[in-house]
Amino acid sequence: MSTEARKPPAQIALKIRRVLGGKTGWNGIAVQFVFAAILGWIGYEIVSNARANLENQHIAGGFGFLRNNAGFDVNQTLISYTGSDTFLRVFVVGLLNTLVVSVVGVVFATVIGFIVALCRLSPNWLLSRVGEIYVELIRNLPLLFQILFWYLAVLAALPNPRQSISLFGIAFVSNRGLVIPRPIGESGFEAFLAVLAFGIVASLALRFHARRALFQRGQVIRIWPYVLGLLFVLPLVTTLVSGVPFTFELPQLKGFNFAGGSRIIPEFVALTLALSTYTAAFIAEIVRAGILSVHKGQMEAGASLGLSRGSTLRLIVVPQAMRVIVPPLTNQYLNLTKNSSLAVAIGYPDLVSVWAGTSLSQTGQAIEIIAMTMGIYLLISLLTSAIMSAYGWRVSRSLGA
Amino acid sequence: MSDITSSGYVRQDLLAERPAPVKTTGFVGLVRTRLLNSPTNILITIVSALLLWFTIVPSVRFLFVDAVWTGTDRTACLTENTGFAVGACWPFIQAKLPQLIYGFYPEAERWRVDLTFLLAAVLLVPMLIPRLPAKGLNASLFFFAFPVVAFFLLLGGGITGFGLSWTAGLLQLFDDSIIGAGQVLLSLSKTSAIAPLLWVLGNLIVLVGTAIYWLIFPLTWLRDQLEGTGQSIWTDFAITTVVVSLIAFIVSGGVRTGWRPLASSIVTFVAIAIVIKLMGLDHGGLPVVQTRLWGGLLVTLVVSVAGIVTSLPIGIALALGRRSTIPLIRIFSITFIEFWRGVPLITVLFFATYMLPLFLPGNFTVDGLVRALIGIALFTGAYQAENVRGGLAAIPRGQSEASAALGLSWWKTTSLIVLPQALRHVIPNLVNSFISLFKDTSLVSIVALFDLLGSLRASFADPKWSAPSTLFTGFAFVGIIYFLFCFGMSRYSLFVENRLNAHRRN
Repeated sequence: MSTEARKPPAQIALKIRRVLGGKTGWNGIAVQFVFAAILGWIGYEIVSNARANLENQHIAGGFGFLRNNAGFDVNQTLISYTGSDTFLRVFVVGLLNTLVVSVVGVVFATVIGFIVALCRLSPNWLLSRVGEIYVELIRNLPLLFQILFWYLAVLAALPNPRQSISLFGIAFVSNRGLVIPRPIGESGFEAFLAVLAFGIVASLALRFHARRALFQRGQVIRIWPYVLGLLFVLPLVTTLVSGVPFTFELPQLKGFNFAGGSRIIPEFVALTLALSTYTAAFIAEIVRAGILSVHKGQMEAGASLGLSRGSTLRLIVVPQAMRVIVPPLTNQYLNLTKNSSLAVAIGYPDLVSVWAGTSLSQTGQAIEIIAMTMGIYLLISLLTSAIMSAYGWRVSRSLGA
Repeated sequence: MSDITSSGYVRQDLLAERPAPVKTTGFVGLVRTRLLNSPTNILITIVSALLLWFTIVPSVRFLFVDAVWTGTDRTACLTENTGFAVGACWPFIQAKLPQLIYGFYPEAERWRVDLTFLLAAVLLVPMLIPRLPAKGLNASLFFFAFPVVAFFLLLGGGITGFGLSWTAGLLQLFDDSIIGAGQVLLSLSKTSAIAPLLWVLGNLIVLVGTAIYWLIFPLTWLRDQLEGTGQSIWTDFAITTVVVSLIAFIVSGGVRTGWRPLASSIVTFVAIAIVIKLMGLDHGGLPVVQTRLWGGLLVTLVVSVAGIVTSLPIGIALALGRRSTIPLIRIFSITFIEFWRGVPLITVLFFATYMLPLFLPGNFTVDGLVRALIGIALFTGAYQAENVRGGLAAIPRGQSEASAALGLSWWKTTSLIVLPQALRHVIPNLVNSFISLFKDTSLVSIVALFDLLGSLRASFADPKWSAPSTLFTGFAFVGIIYFLFCFGMSRYSLFVENRLNAHRRN
């Protein structure tokens, strides 16, 4: 005769206590009650004060102003925009400008950062000192100082358009910005684009196939001649068949300024320069720390297997270093995006400048505008950290930890 | 046994001296092993040397060799007048130095700024040298006494009351707000669908407010009586001293163990009295200098020191909140930290400048500098919270379990066992945050405060000094100031880190 195990008593009170008050039980619930009351009181004060103040200043709350005409111009727009467009469009224009300067800055910062890190790790004493001087100098000066330095001192010291510095006769640098040739699509443009897209997709598929073959059957497939053919020869052939895909419109000096070509405004140049050199100093330190974190024995083991120094770095050291590098690197990318808001100091039309600056002073809708600005930055940050947690989870899973 | 010397396999004569091995230490060794040991390395060395040559030599030429050292206006720094390509225009800095350090602070009152800088240095230097004793007293002077003294020294003005009247005023404000909220609910209850509930709630809140009113009535009555007499400050001060000292005495154990806190409390109040008397705070104090006249290095240092002093308590509170087991407090802390860390500082400053005044009662104006300070304190506090949390996570669980086993409460466990160890762990991180805070103070120039960088930018607008080289001179000078501060702090943080990790060094 077997006795059935008795069910534990249903401790409903205990469970409720746990859920509501954490480990501290009823005490915790009391604390939470007081805390909620204080928060509620502060919230009430804020709302009632804001309502009274807005009434005094005769400002109508709400987001209705987004549909009004902005009535001011923006000197760099990625989408078509005129002064008669709505404030909502100004918001989008500003956001796109922020994103473009961030993306360009991230690319340059990564390249410069890796180069400086390699310099600092170099066995050559003088080169590592050069890297060290760069890092120490850049990291110990405020970013705003550097932006203003590039904008007010360096770029303003460039000659005017008539005496502009010519780069091989195609691009011109002056204090009005950088003028570069503008590509204009011709008859063969669509075919060219299609073939290029096909080439990229096919190359990626080839690489995937080759890696599978290597990892599953140990078979080495040489794919670089095919990739070269797909990416360069095929588009070239297309060009010969269907005509030139695009021509360049060269900038010409007419009167006091350039006609034709596209102009990159000096604010963009100064901001990109300052952001990428500044962030590069931090990225260099991150990369250096990552590579130094890989045990010396890994390098020696690679050498004892007969791999060259380059192969050891590429196949053994860097993949292990990436695990350490990537999380802080993303943080730096995020910092760069947030720092791009300093554009407001030199008048580059980014989100903060055209939205929290010009639009705010035109409409006076402080609460809505600043909330939207903060919200969009917060959204970018949260999205990035969500992606990073997913990446961290994948890495820790692939390492079997 | 045969003679050794005659055996064929023993060498008869001394070996010839071999040349000394290639030197791998010292300067020659360095050149040989790390500069010129292979063709690639030789090439790299040449390229780096050229790079250094083309950056360092022009900088030195600009700063010293080609510099102009004397002059009264822009003509001294023009190439036409000097006859050579002009480097740095130092007379420009000489002329603008007061503006770069004090802003528009009145000339007759600048000794107050100097005195504040001196006080800060006197308090800070002993705190940074680990060998010197009395760190607790030093830290409390720097973090509590110095900000108050500096406030009255820099801004001027006096006080009209003390602890008693402040407490009374604050409680009254709080009570008014509660009664106001209750009355709003009551007025809503006339129109709302859930009228009875609102009515009950409103009456309850008004009732609580009225109860508080009668509870604090003795306090407000006493304050009103005091304001009638002429010597209100000193009477108020005496009452506050007695009350606070008594509380300290009773809370820390009464007759048994309370004598020490009683003595230290009385000493503190005597010190406060001396300061009040010395600065004449009881009858008006020093002449008021509005903060919009402040500028230059003064604002940079005020903002960064205020940020450091206020962000640390905020950070500790948030870090403890984030590790709390109470759900609401944990959720609030996480939201708060992630919000401030997710937005750029410049939007925080815009928030503090344009949005914060809307959230405060209409008759309540906040100074522009204070608004920026509030924004910076919240922003840096969130970052410090993450630093402190790192330190808290590094403390083994056994520490708090041991203190629980000894019967210490949560507060005592935290303040006596966990926090001291955690904070010591993260000193380098805290200092790094201070460096970035110091650099970030330059952002206040965007919200119309003239810090060091803002003053520099303003000084460029002077037509009297508009010469081609003044821009670079100004940037060089201000850059050197920023660099010295930041580099000094980072070296100090390295020093502390090495000292803390002394046991790990081999």
